[in-house]
Amino acid sequence: MHELSVTEHVLEIALRHARQNDAARVTDIYLTIGRLSSIVDESIQFYWDIISQETICKGAKLHFNRLPAKLLCLNCGVEFTLDHEATPCPSCGSAQLKILSGEEFYMDSIEIEKEPVA
Amino acid sequence: MTARRVTVVENILNANDQVAVLNRSRLDEAGVLSINLMASPGAGKTSFILQTIRALAPRLRIGVVEGDTAPVTIDADKVIAAGMPAVQINTGGDCHLDAVMLKNGLEQMPLDGLDLLIVENVGNLVCPAAFKLGTHLNILVASIPEGDDKPYKYPAIYRGLDVLIINKTDLLPYVPFNMSYFQQGVELLNPGVVTFPVSCRTGEGIQAWADWLLHKSEEMKK
Repeated sequence: MHELSVTEHVLEIALRHARQNDAARVTDIYLTIGRLSSIVDESIQFYWDIISQETICKGAKLHFNRLPAKLLCLNCGVEFTLDHEATPCPSCGSAQLKILSGEEFYMDSIEIEKEPVA
Repeated sequence: MTARRVTVVENILNANDQVAVLNRSRLDEAGVLSINLMASPGAGKTSFILQTIRALAPRLRIGVVEGDTAPVTIDADKVIAAGMPAVQINTGGDCHLDAVMLKNGLEQMPLDGLDLLIVENVGNLVCPAAFKLGTHLNILVASIPEGDDKPYKYPAIYRGLDVLIINKTDLLPYVPFNMSYFQQGVELLNPGVVTFPVSCRTGEGIQAWADWLLHKSEEMKK
């Protein structure tokens, strides 16, 4: 639901790094999103196509790298991957869990084009 | 044209988080304990704030920042009527408060005269969980009529909580709500989270919450 604000942040970061590298155009943006971040890819793409229109990011392709949620059971030490909703430890049933990964939400890299130096 | 890959590795909400850090130091400097109060619409956030003011005034001076999607001052007016300063923030339709909005709110709030600041977030169980504000405590007001499945359906907001309020306990005899199923879900997401069952209508449970909060506020002053 908050994808518009999120997409604005994506654009701001991409444009800043593009400027720093004298880009003429940004062609690709690589995002890494953990399974526990409540972000809908299609919705970001939808807003992206609108808000990037007047910028050098226009037409850039968004790539979403989804990372699984990994949890550690603090009771028995088992590590497991969360597929759907919250579950207790599959090994011992404990609810004392620690999130190891899955909350990531960052821009990994961008691909840019530069004008050839004359 | 020459193509090239540029490494970025930057948190998407980095800009928001940096402003949240500024908000936190502003609040720390003023010695004001601050709460990000979240809930679904109609869970009783404003009633809970008013009950908290009633229980703690005049021992604590409490300011309230009201986040609303529409430019209505219904909630802020109630706080002012209760004798405490309130600042209204309109999100312009946005589904959550962010750190910049709170920063603007803090600039209008007489922080030096306060012990406690309550930020009433927009009624929503999804988006407020993603945006740090810089406040000290994340608190959720859950309520009985919402149903006992909410921790399972909105895990992100339950994961980040410091305190859980379960409001409208006076309705337990009238609506199907399996408390142990609800608490089992909470336990999976946030084991041992501090929980206060209350009824803002009857006032039941408010005193225990107010005592806890008063203690927290005194710790902050040390």
